[in-house]
This record gives sequence, C-alpha cells and structure tokens, in this order.
Amino acid sequence: MTITQQWIAFRTILRREITRFTRIWVQTLIPPVITMGLYFVIFGHLIGERIGQMGGFDYMSFVVPGLVMMAVINNSYSNVVSSFFSAKFHRSIEELLVSPTPSYIILLGYVAGGVLRGLVVGGIVTFASTFFTNFIIENPWLTVFVILLTSSLFSVAGLINAIFANSFDDISIIPTFILTPLTYFGGVFYSISMLPEFWQGVSQFNPILYMVNAFRFGFLGVSDVNVNLAVSGIAGMLVVAYLFAWYLLQKGRKLRS
Amino acid sequence: MTLEPSSALSIRSLSKVYGNGLVALNSVSLDVMPGDFFALLGPNGAGKSTTIGIISSLVRKSSGTVSIFGNDIDQNFSHAKQCIGVVPQEFNFSVFEKVQNIVVNQAGFYGVPRHQALASSEALLRQLNLWEKRNEPARNLSGGMKRRLMIARALVHQPKLLILDEPTAGVDIELRRSMWEFLTEINRAGTTIILTTHYLEEAENLCRNVAIINKGEIVENTSVKKLLKQLNREVFILDVRDELSICPVISQYQLRLRDSHSLEVEVEKGQPLNDLFQQLAEQNIAVVSMRNKVNRLEELFVTLVQKHERQERVGGGL
Repeated sequence: MTITQQWIAFRTILRREITRFTRIWVQTLIPPVITMGLYFVIFGHLIGERIGQMGGFDYMSFVVPGLVMMAVINNSYSNVVSSFFSAKFHRSIEELLVSPTPSYIILLGYVAGGVLRGLVVGGIVTFASTFFTNFIIENPWLTVFVILLTSSLFSVAGLINAIFANSFDDISIIPTFILTPLTYFGGVFYSISMLPEFWQGVSQFNPILYMVNAFRFGFLGVSDVNVNLAVSGIAGMLVVAYLFAWYLLQKGRKLRS
Repeated sequence: MTLEPSSALSIRSLSKVYGNGLVALNSVSLDVMPGDFFALLGPNGAGKSTTIGIISSLVRKSSGTVSIFGNDIDQNFSHAKQCIGVVPQEFNFSVFEKVQNIVVNQAGFYGVPRHQALASSEALLRQLNLWEKRNEPARNLSGGMKRRLMIARALVHQPKLLILDEPTAGVDIELRRSMWEFLTEINRAGTTIILTTHYLEEAENLCRNVAIINKGEIVENTSVKKLLKQLNREVFILDVRDELSICPVISQYQLRLRDSHSLEVEVEKGQPLNDLFQQLAEQNIAVVSMRNKVNRLEELFVTLVQKHERQERVGGGL
C-alpha cells in the first residue's frame, strides 16, 4: 500500500470508530459525565468543604485533574477493548485482516479512536468541573501532552486485552479488578504525602499515580512525584505496549487460525 | 513444482496442520487461470474453507506457497491482497453498521478514496438490489440480502480474483438464479472467480474448471466437460402421459416403473435414445418430459470421493 492508501485506511478506521461511539452516545459519552458530576458534588462539594486544603488547593480544585484523568483512562480503554472485541466476536475484524491494511495502521486507527473518545469525555468533564470550581491551567502543553500519552497507552492496553479476550467477561476483568483499584489508589482523591511512609513506598509502584500527578502538575503546578520521571515512564510504557500490540496483530495472535 | 506466474492463483505443496494435530491440507497444488470460473468441490471438512482461509490470510499455512497474479502472499503481501475479494461462508460484518457504510469502509481498507468508494458502492448496491436498504443497519437485512451485501463488499475495490465460499447456501432458488446471473456477468467482464459450493448443479452450470478435494487432498482437477465425460452411465426419468400399471419391456434397455406416471431408464455412455423412444411409441406410451435422476456432477463427485477413500483404506492397510 502506498502512504496515501495507508492514510485512507487509517481515516476509514478512525471514522468508523467515531461513528460507533457517537451512535451509542447514551452509552459512551453520557455515563462518565454523570459519574464524574456525582464525584464533583459528593467528594468535591459536600465532603470536600469539610476536608479543607490539599496540596495547597481547596479539595475541589485538587480532585478535578484526577477525576478528568480517571475519565480519560476509563474511556480510552473501554472504547478500544469493546470495539475491537466486538469486531472479533462478530468476525467483522476479518474485513481488516483480509485487506492490505498493515498491522500498524490497524493499531493506530483503533488507538486514535480510543484517544478521541477519551479526549471528548475528558473535555466534557473538564467543562462540567467549571460549574464547581475556578481554575487556570498552569501548563497547558504539558497537560495536553500527558493526556495524549496516557489515553494512547490505555487505548493500546484495551486492544491487547481485546486480543486475548475469549468472552465479554474477559474484557471487564481488567477494568474491574486492576484498573479501578489502581486508579482509586493512584492519588485521584488524595495526596500520597497523607499516607504512612510504607504505603507511600508501595504507591510508587502504581503507574497511575505518575499519570495522575503529571496531569495534576500540568493543571495546578503541584505533584507528589518527579514529573520528568512520570512523563518518561508513561512514554516508555506506551512504546513497550505499542510494540507488543503490533507484534500480536502482525502474528495474528487469536485472530488468525 | 514451481509457481505458475501467469496464473490468477497458483498453489504449490500447500499444507495446513492445526494445533490439535488435524491435517486440513496435505500438499495441495492447484492453478487457476485468469478469467476462469473455477469450482472447488468437496464434502464437509475436506479443506475447502481452509484453502480459502490461507489465500485470504485468515488462516496461517504450515508449509507451501500461494501466489495471486504472480504476487507471493508471503513476499508481496500487499499486492496479493489488492488482487482478491473474498465472500466468506458465514456473515462477518457488524450488524449494527449501515449497509452502505460496510461497503464504503471496506473500500477504505484497500486505500480506495472515499468519493470513489461511494460511487462504486452505489453501483454495486444497485446491481445487487440493495440500494433501497443502504441506510439500514445490516441486522435488518434478510439472509439473502446479507449474502449479496458480502458480494458487494468483496467487489468494491475491483479485485481481479473473487473467491466465494458457498455463496448461495441457504438462499432461495430465485435469488440463487439471480446471483448466478450476476456472477456470470462479472466473470464475462474479466473477473476470475473461484467458487466452493455444495450445490453441484451450481458448479456444473457456472464453472469451466473444477477441482475436487477430499480429506485435504486434490482427487481431481480438470475441466467440467472432461469430468462429465468420465460418466459411464446415466439414469433418466421419463414422465409419461397415460397411466401405467406394469413396467414395459424394451429390448436393450433396463426400465423400472417408479410410479404410475414415470419410468426410470439406465443408459450406457454413447447409447442412442432414439430406439428407446421408438419402442415406447410402438407400445403407445407417450413420453411428455425427461430429466436426469441425479445431477451428473453429483454422481461423479460421489464416485471420485468414494474411490479416493477406498484407495486411502488400501494404502493404510499395507
């Protein structure tokens, strides 16, 4: 395929992904906004007023970056895992497998779809948060960069999960048993400086802590971790995950018999 | 054996052993020439779908080579895939997508620009009587419409080789006939077609060349005409106008009374029928119609497959 043909194939996959998540917008775009809205009201407003300051900011301002990041992570992941697994389940993935579209274009197309849904939901949640608090984004470029890296990483992770999944149960195991606990313990609602020293150490092994804090640094200018280390770590994980996903697609693992 | 560069499809020593040890293909070699309408016949589990799966890259081969219009599927993957369109046996599209989107998207996966894909999809959907359904989700289509949708999708990037895996399975007779006409038309326009089917009448009517595959091995590969010449005898059914109570006796022919209005007659290859009709007329028996008892190709097919299985048993016993 020429570069132009590959670009057409990429755009086709992306267009199909956008059509899919906008067609079912009641399932894809609205629930995260409602969930995050409830977090804003309960944790940020009602309970947050009693908590006082955290990291030098009122609690509402402190939790907004974490909640936006949580929405982006969940939506990027779930978009790709459900779209790709459904395609595998209905065998419509064969439309791509029989075509000359290279594996890396298939991967990029699905990841772009996941990133876009993550960004749309993240944007809506950020907009909703302005009804509860006022904030100025300290470092917009870093904020955008971190959100792109993180949503890409979780989109790729969703695709890997979908490749290995044999049933719809398998695509909910990782979000339920790994992603949600790691996100909740990843400093979305608190600063790890509040934790006893041992648990601070344990938290350092949670990759989501780095994502939330790098994003919070972009938003508010404060972080519990070294931001350079965090950004490099996310980029490193993205490269490893991308290469692994590309290898799985190239080999046709669980896709070709 | 070397690959035939002038072939539309050239397969050499193709083997496939699945993870569970099942040998689906055992050193299959086959050539299909450009412009041909080729039938790949075989009983269930013979290896037809595996062969198509390997050609379309959905199944990984264990060994051997496959070349499509001179493009090796391992070395020139992209060019080889551009040349083929595949209509699988089972529906493999998203039932939630709209009909035209399914066709247009497929063109996009082959790098066809969107404006061109829209035009091609319109032409194909009109030809296949699906244009009125273009904005409907695919789940709203009937079984026959879904099959036609898969044909439109396979043709949208204008492949030189179209492969259809039992395209008329479960399709009613009228629709089957219209699909035959459509396939004959595109074959006349230059598209090479490979067809697997259980309807041997389909292969006899449409195809010029045929390969019969059984237990992963090609047991016959020739033209349909040559294959039919192998028939030594045929059984005809004669429908008679007046009621018969006993079977008439006609010299040199073996007749059997099927029911009060039909007779069965076995005729050797080359044996003229004039004498039969003359003797029947002398006995005041008027024949109003005549047909083959079984499809001729079907008879051969069963004979060849049984012969192959007998040979295998003898070989296994040595």
